[in-house]
Amino acid sequence: MTARNQLDGITLASREARPPTTAPVLLEGRALACQRGERMLFRGLDLTVHAGELVQIHGPNGSGKTTLLRILCGLTRPTEGEVRWVAEEPDAAGLEADVHYVGHLAGVKLELSPLENLAFVARLRGGRAGASPRDALARLGLAAFEDEPLRTLSAGQRRRTALARLLTRVARLWILDEPFTSLDVEGTATLVELMDEHVARGGAVILTSHQPVRLGDRGPRMIELGR
Amino acid sequence: MSAGSPLGAAMAVLQRDLLLAIRTRRELVNPILFFVLVVSLFPLGVSPEQSLLRALGPGVLWVAALLATLLSLDGLFRSDFEDGSLEQMLISPQPLGMLVLAKILAHWLVTGLPLLLVTPLLATLLALPDHALPVLLTTLVLGTPVLSLVGAIGVALTVGLRRGGALLSLLVLPLYVPVLIFGSNAVSSAAAEIPVTGQLYMLGAMLALALTLAPIAAAAALRISLH
Repeated sequence: MTARNQLDGITLASREARPPTTAPVLLEGRALACQRGERMLFRGLDLTVHAGELVQIHGPNGSGKTTLLRILCGLTRPTEGEVRWVAEEPDAAGLEADVHYVGHLAGVKLELSPLENLAFVARLRGGRAGASPRDALARLGLAAFEDEPLRTLSAGQRRRTALARLLTRVARLWILDEPFTSLDVEGTATLVELMDEHVARGGAVILTSHQPVRLGDRGPRMIELGR
Repeated sequence: MSAGSPLGAAMAVLQRDLLLAIRTRRELVNPILFFVLVVSLFPLGVSPEQSLLRALGPGVLWVAALLATLLSLDGLFRSDFEDGSLEQMLISPQPLGMLVLAKILAHWLVTGLPLLLVTPLLATLLALPDHALPVLLTTLVLGTPVLSLVGAIGVALTVGLRRGGALLSLLVLPLYVPVLIFGSNAVSSAAAEIPVTGQLYMLGAMLALALTLAPIAAAAALRISLH
């Protein structure tokens, strides 16, 4: 089954950015299928995400990219198949504690300032502390706006606030749904930098985007949907 | 910063919701305005006759409190659903039931508690005998949290629907009836100087039941709604 070969990434990935096979597997999806109404979005999808890997899910609108990401982070249950969080360390935290999901909805409160939003998420998630909310916002270029209510900030600045979440708590897997939406050139560059650092530290990123993403000289491993 | 205990996360949700309620105010003012308007129109619309008001009073107060709660319920998960905060709570490593309980508590503090504060004034308006006032307040202290808790299950089920309002009333009102009956009956009995321990125990039992089961049911309903 060619679709299956294409999806499990081995054939495609051989051309670039394949981490050494010794890299531990972080997330494994087996025979995933999702049906929305009468339509089968995808079926028989296998995917494996290793530590230190950037995976880009590609496909036309409506091919199930967002749904796949929601399945991977546990928000949506697949019609068939299962997602396994393969942590090889015996005392590893569960998937929820080790994943960041930034979706279409930013998950930030417009009535609160960026700083208040981040402090809340940090307390909500718990886990290993990363950068302080202030440092995280500074990294995303929001240092001058950290106390303004988000309502008065632009769409790009709201998106940056949502992305600052990635830094305040340490999680090995980042699942990002169209993270470049409404970001300017500088914001896009910052996000690519952050992903690069994350991957270099042994984290993994799964993202959807219609634009090409390159980390240094490496490209992402592509997973095609809806073909 | 706390190491992400469920209690710490629940406190974070409680504090954030209270802060949001203070910043937006609409949620804070609407139920109490509705309660005061409905109750104060009764003597004008029906009759200022003391004996008639005394007979109607307990029922009017309880029906108005019930409807005020029902009207405020829709806001419980709505804004968190629309901006993606709910998704973040669902994939947080904390038990969702605890977070939901914190949200319900915040909702009650914002909508239920103010009703209690104006009740003594409205009771005078409806010519309720002074000795029945403590019983009225006790029934409201025990009963209105039940309304918020049970209502949360209905809201959690309908939050994904565009026009869930009518459906919510249909789902929740039958479950509100026992609270209404025991609550208003206790107050009329107290006004007639009949012992009311039975009714108060019944309300207490309903509160204990709702407090333990409703957050779990609402959490499960949220997972279905966001599927």
